[in-house]
Amino acid sequence: MPHTIHIKAFGMVAETIGSDSLEMENPGSSEALKQQLFKQFPGLKSMKFSLALDKKMIQSDTDISQGKEIALLPPFSGG
Amino acid sequence: MDRFERQVILPGFGPEGQARLRSASVLVIGAGGLGCPILLYLAAAGVGKIGIVDGDSVAKSNLNRQVLYGEKDLGKNKAETAARHFQEKYKDIKWEIFPEFITVENAQELISGFDLIIDGTDNFPTRYLVNDACVLQDKPLVFGAIYQHEGQVSVFNLGENACNYRDLYPQMPAASEIPNCSETGVLGVLPGIIGNLMALEAIKVLSVLGKPLKNRVLFFNSLTSQTYEVEIARNSNSQQSIPDTWQAFEAMDYELACEGIKQLTWDEAMRKMNRDVAFVDVREPGEMPPLECTGLMKIPLSTLSAQLDRLEDSEEILFFCQSGIRSQKAAQQLQQAFPDKKIFSIRGGINALKTS
Repeated sequence: MPHTIHIKAFGMVAETIGSDSLEMENPGSSEALKQQLFKQFPGLKSMKFSLALDKKMIQSDTDISQGKEIALLPPFSGG
Repeated sequence: MDRFERQVILPGFGPEGQARLRSASVLVIGAGGLGCPILLYLAAAGVGKIGIVDGDSVAKSNLNRQVLYGEKDLGKNKAETAARHFQEKYKDIKWEIFPEFITVENAQELISGFDLIIDGTDNFPTRYLVNDACVLQDKPLVFGAIYQHEGQVSVFNLGENACNYRDLYPQMPAASEIPNCSETGVLGVLPGIIGNLMALEAIKVLSVLGKPLKNRVLFFNSLTSQTYEVEIARNSNSQQSIPDTWQAFEAMDYELACEGIKQLTWDEAMRKMNRDVAFVDVREPGEMPPLECTGLMKIPLSTLSAQLDRLEDSEEILFFCQSGIRSQKAAQQLQQAFPDKKIFSIRGGINALKTS
């Protein structure tokens, strides 16, 4: 499928999504992706997590092109 | 032949690497699941001076992962017990023992005497506190944390243009957002692995070996044995949230910043106690030990939303639970219902009352 992106999820985010990876229709940008995820998985709304695009952290709304990998990276506190 | 022969003969490490370790000092904050393996390997490798900071005492439920301690150590302070173990084992390391928790008051003094700091703590407020102190003092910080079957490791604040924890996580999360080990469980091997990765990073930094995880964070999943590495970049917004003087640092309330809820010690809570203050146990029925005193209300967290009316008339409310996590959740829940009330959570819950 040419219009999909790959999602990698970690920690509580993976638990909430129910999987550590999934394919999604490309929403076009990281903000749009977040909104889409919040709609699909409301439990994510109360969580803080960082996003990485092809293994590089992004700090603001960023365009996502087809076939890219987005990682959803929550903080861990345990020790 | 000395005890370091096998690493000294390693190409790239050599006598120079060993000499660097010997003259180095490391402060390990937290001697728990991560701290135990970190200490074991730093001591075995011959780091010259090691400091241990931990105000906690050994509990039976720690023993599946905190491998420095045994059944005979229950109730003893972790920093002191760990140091005693090593003092018998090796004669060539200088130990500094701090049987206390790191706070905004003692952080500067604690970290100033060491070349490198390792964060093996177990909660968000302390992780931000340690990070900010290391940025202020310009100390490299080896970071590691775990959640269930996953771990993350990085090296912050190392040399020029280095990232720190706030670049990775600019928004401070609440502990109550993410359950800790005591709520979600952990296999002892995971902190063993993550702690070893942290010890390895520390040894790499100190002996100038290989490529430390500077501006990178490594994720490890113990169920799939997969790793995932992400590049971090500096974030000007997050740099601004770090206090720029020690005075500003000491004025920070990291728990309040993370949780949005002011936390009190039992002493502070006792001083507040009067007729107008509601004092609420949010543990479920049957949790031990029970606490009985006049005026104490028992509202299990699971029933709080249905019993909000019982707290309607109180201006100030003090919540406590077993370990201090559920009481934060209760406080957050109540704060949403009554934004104008003064609501507090007692730090460490009943467990802290027992040890204080």
